[in-house]
Amino acid sequence: MATSETGQDFTLDTAAELASEERGRGIEGKSPWFLAWRRLRRNWIGLGFLLIFVLIVAGCLLAPVYASHVSHQGVNDTNVGGTVTVNGKKIDVVSSGGVTVGANGQLTVKPGGVPIGPQWWHAGGRYVLGADSLGRDIATRILYGGENSLQVGIVSAAICAFVAIVLALLAGYYGGVLDWVITRFFDLIWAFPVILLGIALGTALAINGFHHFGINLSGSSLWIPTFVISYVYIPYLARPLRGQILSLRQTEFVEASVAQGASPLRIMFSELLPNIASSILVLFTLIVANTILTEAALSFLGAGVQPPNPSWGTLISAGQTTIVTAPWLSVAPGIAIVLTVLSLNAFGDALRDALDPRAKVRIEH
Amino acid sequence: MLAFLLRRVFGMVVVLAVVSFIVYLVFVKIPGGDPAQRIAGRTATQANIVAIRDKLSLDQPFYVQWYKMMQQLFTGKLISYTDQLSVVGQIWQGLPVTFSLSLGAAVIWLFFGVLVGVISAVTAGRLSDRLITVLALIGVSMPVFWLGIILRYGLAERNSLFPDGGYVALTSSPLQWFYHLLLPWVTLAVLFIGFYGRVLRSNILDTINEDYVRTARAKGLSARRVLIKHALRNSLIPIVTLFGLDFAAVLGGGAILTETVYDLHGVGFYARTAIGNLDLPPLMGVTLYGAFFIVFFSTLVDVVYAWLDPRIRVR
Repeated sequence: MATSETGQDFTLDTAAELASEERGRGIEGKSPWFLAWRRLRRNWIGLGFLLIFVLIVAGCLLAPVYASHVSHQGVNDTNVGGTVTVNGKKIDVVSSGGVTVGANGQLTVKPGGVPIGPQWWHAGGRYVLGADSLGRDIATRILYGGENSLQVGIVSAAICAFVAIVLALLAGYYGGVLDWVITRFFDLIWAFPVILLGIALGTALAINGFHHFGINLSGSSLWIPTFVISYVYIPYLARPLRGQILSLRQTEFVEASVAQGASPLRIMFSELLPNIASSILVLFTLIVANTILTEAALSFLGAGVQPPNPSWGTLISAGQTTIVTAPWLSVAPGIAIVLTVLSLNAFGDALRDALDPRAKVRIEH
Repeated sequence: MLAFLLRRVFGMVVVLAVVSFIVYLVFVKIPGGDPAQRIAGRTATQANIVAIRDKLSLDQPFYVQWYKMMQQLFTGKLISYTDQLSVVGQIWQGLPVTFSLSLGAAVIWLFFGVLVGVISAVTAGRLSDRLITVLALIGVSMPVFWLGIILRYGLAERNSLFPDGGYVALTSSPLQWFYHLLLPWVTLAVLFIGFYGRVLRSNILDTINEDYVRTARAKGLSARRVLIKHALRNSLIPIVTLFGLDFAAVLGGGAILTETVYDLHGVGFYARTAIGNLDLPPLMGVTLYGAFFIVFFSTLVDVVYAWLDPRIRVR
C-alpha cells in the first residue's frame, strides 16, 4: 500500500491487484470461467450471501412441509377462538379482551382482538413469528408468500433477460434502422417511472385479465405481475448489453467469422453471446434483486399479486393496519425481503468482481 | 445551439405523443373486457358506461379514441367515475405535497450521496469504506415502503418524536411543514443515498487512475486539490444525469410508496387511492403526468449538457 506522500492513498485497483496475484504459472492454460470461479471461491463473504439466498429459496419451497409438520396450520387456516400451549400454559391465539380485577383491587383492561406475538420455539413450532388478527400463522404465511414473491421475481427476471438478450443481439448485430427502432423502444419504456408503469399495467390487467393472441390470463393470475415486471425492466438489462455487442461487433474475431461465411444467427449465438455471458450473469443477479423489490412494491399497493395469493408485499400491507398492536406482522415479511435482496445484491457484486474486475456493468435505477 | 434546441424540443413532442398513445393502449386496448366498463370503475351503472363509450368515442377507430382521450385529459374533462372529480384538478391539488416531498428528499440524497461516495472512495479499503459499503448495500436492498412503515411506527407512533403522518402546507406553518416532512424525506432519500454513494465511489476510483490525474499529481498539486478539482468534477457527470432522471421520476409520482405510507395527499397518493378503487382515469392521468416529467427532464439534461459541452451539439 502506497503512503499518502505519493497521493495514492485513495486508489484501489482491484484489477491490478488480482493481476499481480495471478501472474505466472498458476493461471496458464486455464479458462476465464475457471479463473473467475477461483476468484469467487476465495470471496467467502460473497459465497456466504449466496448460501443465504439458497437457504431462503429452499425454505420457501418447503412451505407445505413447514405447514404440515411444524406449525400444523395451513396458509389460510384461521384460528380466532383457539388456544395454544406455551410452556405448558394455555394462551388465546387472539386475545378475547375484558377487564380483570387484580389482587389489590386494581382493574386491568385487556384489549380484545390482539393476536399472539412471536413465540419462537416456546409453543413447539406453532406461531414462531406470531399470528395475525385472524389467528393465522405468520411464519407459514411468510414462507408461502415468499414462494410467490420469489417465483414472480425470478421468472420475470428470466423472461426479461431472454427478451433483452434477443433485442440487444439484434440491435447490436444489425445496427442501422433495426437498432434505431429497438433503442427507441427502450427509450419509450424508460420514459415512464418504473413503479407507475407497473401500477398502470398491473391495475388495468387485474380487473379483467389479459385475453389476446390466444393467451388467456385471469385478473388474479400470478403471470400478470410476472409479465408486467419483466416488461418494465427490459431496457435496464438490454441497454448495457447492446453497448457491449456494438463494440464486440468491431472486433477481429467477429470479422473473421463473417469472412468465413458464418450466418448472422451463428455469429450472434456462438461468437457474440458467449462474450457477453459474464455480463448477463451479473446483470441477471442484480435484476432479480430489483424485480423482487418491485413485486413487493406493486403488491403492497394492490397492483401486483392479487388475493387470495399471499406475497411479501401484501403481507406487509395487511400488517400495516395493525402496526401499533401487532408490529411483527409488517416487520417479519420486510426482513425476509431485505435479506433476500441484500443477499442477491451482495452476491451480484462478488460475481462481478470475480468475472470481470474491470467491468462497468451496473444497473441504473 | 438553436438548431440543437429545436431538434430536441421537436423530439420531446414526438416522444410525448407516442407515450400518450402507450397510455391509451395500456388502459383501453391491452386488458380484456369492455374498456368503458373498466373505466367506469367498481360502481359502474349502465348509464355511466354508455356515457363513457360516447364521451371517449370507444366505438370509433383507435386513433379517434386516442385523440378523444387526450383531448379529455388535457382540457380537464376526464373525470373519475368513483368520486366524479376532474382528474387534472386532483393532480393539480396534489402537486404542492409531491413537490415539497421530492425537493427536500432530493437535497438530502444528493448531499449525503456525494458525501458518502467521496468518503468511501478516499478511504477505499479501510474500515470506514467497508462500513459505508455495507450500509449502502443494505440501503439499496430495503423496500422503501417497509422502511417508511418501520420509521413511522418507531419514531412517530410509539414515541411521538415526530408527527404521525400528514402534511402541513408551507404557507400555513413552515416549521410544521419541515417537521412533518422530515421522516418522509429521509425514507425516500435512503435508497438514493446508497445508490449514489456506490456509483460515485466506483466513478472516483476509475477517474483517479486516469492519466490527467497522475499529471496533476506530478505537477505537485496536493492530493486533496486533485481529488476535488480534478477527479470529483469528472466523476460527478454521471451523477448529474442520474439525478436529473431520478428527480424527475420522484416528482412524476415515483414517490407513491412514501406518500402512501405517510398519508401525504400528493399525486402518488391519488394514484394509490385509485388502485384501491380500481378507478382507471386517475391512473391514466398520473401515468401520463409522470412520463411528462421524465421526458421533460431528460430533454433538459441533454440541453444543459450541450450547453456545457459543445461537442455534444454536433451528434
